[in-house]
Amino acid sequence: MELEAAKAIGAGIAVIPLLGVGIGLGILFSSIITAMGRNPSVEDAVKGSGLFYFALVEAIALFALVIALLILFVL
Amino acid sequence: MAGPLEQFVIKPLIPIEINGIDLSITQSSVWMGIGIIVATLLTVVCMAPKAMVPGRWQNLPEMFYDFISGMVKDNLGAEGNKYFPLVFTIFMIILMGNLLGLLPYSFTYTSHIVVTGALALMVFFLATLVGIAKHGLHFFSLFMPAGLPIAIAPLIVVIEIVSYLSRPLSLSVRLFANMVAGHTMLKVFAGFSVALGVFGVVPMIFNVALIGLELMIAFIQAYVFAILTCIYLKDAIELH
Repeated sequence: MELEAAKAIGAGIAVIPLLGVGIGLGILFSSIITAMGRNPSVEDAVKGSGLFYFALVEAIALFALVIALLILFVL
Repeated sequence: MAGPLEQFVIKPLIPIEINGIDLSITQSSVWMGIGIIVATLLTVVCMAPKAMVPGRWQNLPEMFYDFISGMVKDNLGAEGNKYFPLVFTIFMIILMGNLLGLLPYSFTYTSHIVVTGALALMVFFLATLVGIAKHGLHFFSLFMPAGLPIAIAPLIVVIEIVSYLSRPLSLSVRLFANMVAGHTMLKVFAGFSVALGVFGVVPMIFNVALIGLELMIAFIQAYVFAILTCIYLKDAIELH
């Protein structure tokens, strides 16, 4: 029983990196919108690389999620 | 009711065992075969008319071709032409895995780290071998950025080596975790629909929107894998 509780707490702690990912994605998208607002002609280039960096940042959240799932179901 | 993670269990369809090694035909390998067949049909049959002005079906493979060819040219220049087939194949096999996996009752083979890990290790070793073949021992200057003060060199070189070695890990886990997370989320919301009875319509509407998001992620992840392949090859060819 105590082990189960410790697992649940550990899985909760393991997804704390989402805090940083949220901040990072917010900064990323706000910069994309700012760039497009200041110079609409760069929209395509900014959107293309924006999606690429979105995937890179999002990956960090998913690493955390994988660790949480490993703690819950495998450990 | 099945749990949200049970969809990833691999079931053997035709059990084959040779010398204690399990070589069964599983639903994963069947879907991988279907993915290859669809990708081949898309590129061979749809391109068969070879019309100057493409029709709707011919437009589809041409769009993929233009997209990947532009990506390879932007990253590797004219020299990158010989890597185009590799990048195009990797892109198509991952895209097919992600998209076919969204069909009901199908199986997402990119949701297993053994598949994505094999692809990522192949890219990693290929990039390293290309770099060593092209530059010889000079290739290892990749770990020592130019103009680095000698005092902090030991620290930076260690960091560069660790970041280089973690490339296949991050490349494979990114794709695998995206697929697992997306499909788990879809199944969790489908579970809400079953549990809520009549009010299950609300999570179902949400699920429809999530399928749209998953379609976008399926494409973005294939794109990211392909462009990171290009970037790793570029690092090996140009050495910063």
